[in-house]
Amino acid sequence: MRILKLQKNCLFPFLEAISKEAELWAPVAKGDKFAFDRVADFSRIAMNATRTIIPAKKIMVPANFNMFHFTEKGYKEDLSHVTDRILFGVHACDIHGLLTLDKIFTQVYPDPYYLEPRKRTMILGLSCWPDEHCFCKSTHTHIVEEGYDLFFTNLESCFLVWIGSSRGDDLIRLVPDLFDENLTEKDIKTYIQWQAERDNAFKTEIQFVRLPDLMELNYRAPFWEELGAACLACGSCTMVCPTCNCYNVMDKQFLGEKPGQRIRHWDSCTLPEYSEVAGGENFREKKFQRLKLWYTHKLQAYVSKYGKPSCVGCGRCLVTCPVQINVKTVAAALEGQEPEAFWKNLAKEATR
Amino acid sequence: MNVQDKSPAEAKPFKPEPARIVRTYHLTEDVKFFQVRFVDMQKALSFNYKPGQFAMISVLGAGEAPFSISSTPSRPGLLEFCIRRAGTVTNALFRLKENSLIGLRGPYGNGFPVEAMTGKDILIVVGGLGAAPLRSVLLYSLDNRDQFGRVAVLYGAKRPAEMIFREEYFSLKQRSDLECHLAVDADDTGKWTERVGVVTTLFPHLRQIDAPNTYALVCGPPVMYKFVIKELVKLAIPKNQILMTLERRMKCGVGKCGHCAIDYIYTCLDGPVFTYWDVIHMRELI
Repeated sequence: MRILKLQKNCLFPFLEAISKEAELWAPVAKGDKFAFDRVADFSRIAMNATRTIIPAKKIMVPANFNMFHFTEKGYKEDLSHVTDRILFGVHACDIHGLLTLDKIFTQVYPDPYYLEPRKRTMILGLSCWPDEHCFCKSTHTHIVEEGYDLFFTNLESCFLVWIGSSRGDDLIRLVPDLFDENLTEKDIKTYIQWQAERDNAFKTEIQFVRLPDLMELNYRAPFWEELGAACLACGSCTMVCPTCNCYNVMDKQFLGEKPGQRIRHWDSCTLPEYSEVAGGENFREKKFQRLKLWYTHKLQAYVSKYGKPSCVGCGRCLVTCPVQINVKTVAAALEGQEPEAFWKNLAKEATR
Repeated sequence: MNVQDKSPAEAKPFKPEPARIVRTYHLTEDVKFFQVRFVDMQKALSFNYKPGQFAMISVLGAGEAPFSISSTPSRPGLLEFCIRRAGTVTNALFRLKENSLIGLRGPYGNGFPVEAMTGKDILIVVGGLGAAPLRSVLLYSLDNRDQFGRVAVLYGAKRPAEMIFREEYFSLKQRSDLECHLAVDADDTGKWTERVGVVTTLFPHLRQIDAPNTYALVCGPPVMYKFVIKELVKLAIPKNQILMTLERRMKCGVGKCGHCAIDYIYTCLDGPVFTYWDVIHMRELI
């Protein structure tokens, strides 16, 4: 894979050139947090952004979109919401999130509503620096080997740019003079040192390799019910998770009109009606059953199916859950580290 | 393969194909029979499915839901469903008259392993509306009677009026090449000539079975499985030859929407037919 050098003052001219090709999206500040947004003014781009509130999945599968227009004559696909996009500033964890979604959405019965935007979105990755909630080193998702068109490592003096695809190479060729093919020994040393320092900067570590067994051994552990009592069943963890793919489908028809739309929108396995079938039978009536499904899926089930957890260590559940039920605290409970009182207090607080 | 190289144009897994209701009538007060056919004749004849598979039915404006196919692939062209009125989609379906258009896509799921069952004895245990998916495999085994060993059917319903395909089962009793035992929990007609009691009370009436050579197929309300499986295990039928077909919430049928997830499997892809060994191994199935 070729690696080029880009001087810092050459980034905006590069973005200027490529934004003529497709809509440019990047993380921008939103209050004290960050969000992917369409950018025309490049100074809005938050180069040192931590995780965005919602991961890059929102570009591939919007929270809400129309699948079909229907009339009495039949169903007609609607892919009108899909446009050519360049997504700049995607962190390694989010690239892994997309690679995880690729498995679900494209391996069997390829989903055109995912594939079409996925194909038409260029991924321009950007290196980042862990905050206290990041644990992508524990999930081995702090480095990327695939899943991007270009990847920018943000060193103090310059960017090192990895070219990951043929169309990524096309972007470089729009303005080849901005890039330097000759990396010096000093550049290489700087990169190695940056990587070592970055790898040492992680403050959160989770032993994922033990978790599938611990999930099994703790299947009937009392902490699940305590956790369930504390959980607000708000669905926030699933909305912000880069690997959560669940959705619901509903038909919408307007009063007095024959044509209608089939809408697809994000759903959450923590919501009460998630496993309810017509007639009222609910296979996961209790909150703890639904929570356990989420953690089974993330930490254990995905490992059985694909050989690794479906958690990418982004830390979004850590900063989002209002009652601190997240991969870190659940892993601690599975390890038997937290005193039981921890969840009991949470449950009490939640119901107060 | 790189995700960018996949072609979305060919993939239309969610698109319902227009189909027409050829016949519909009430089986019981809240269960209706639907015979449907794809409008496109080619599609109607090339729709290959296995007993135990399901399809997604769309009703314009009401939505889409999964239904097990009650007809047998050995009688191609028409698809049959028996559907209980329970939610938005089924209520809308019940209002549709013959010749109405619906949307149909499928077939989905694993279905019954009819190849592995060839040459074996078959014991079908039905509770209530469980007759819907099991009718497919029952008719299939009757149409290919010489491919199977003994065939026995045990069917329990709440009341005589709630025994769906009642006439079909009574006519089975006339046949000499299979065994059929029927029961109702309670007889409110005073005219019931068969047995009274839950489905498990039929087991003692079953002739001696050759357990290692038998496949047991079970479908019924969730509460039924525990008791029926106990009887089947007592008969020493191997755990991986006890098959059941399960119901779950499904919004896609193709392993995307997540609702039917159990442990590491999706009911729509890896089920809806599971073995008793799966049940022990994965939990939360029944």
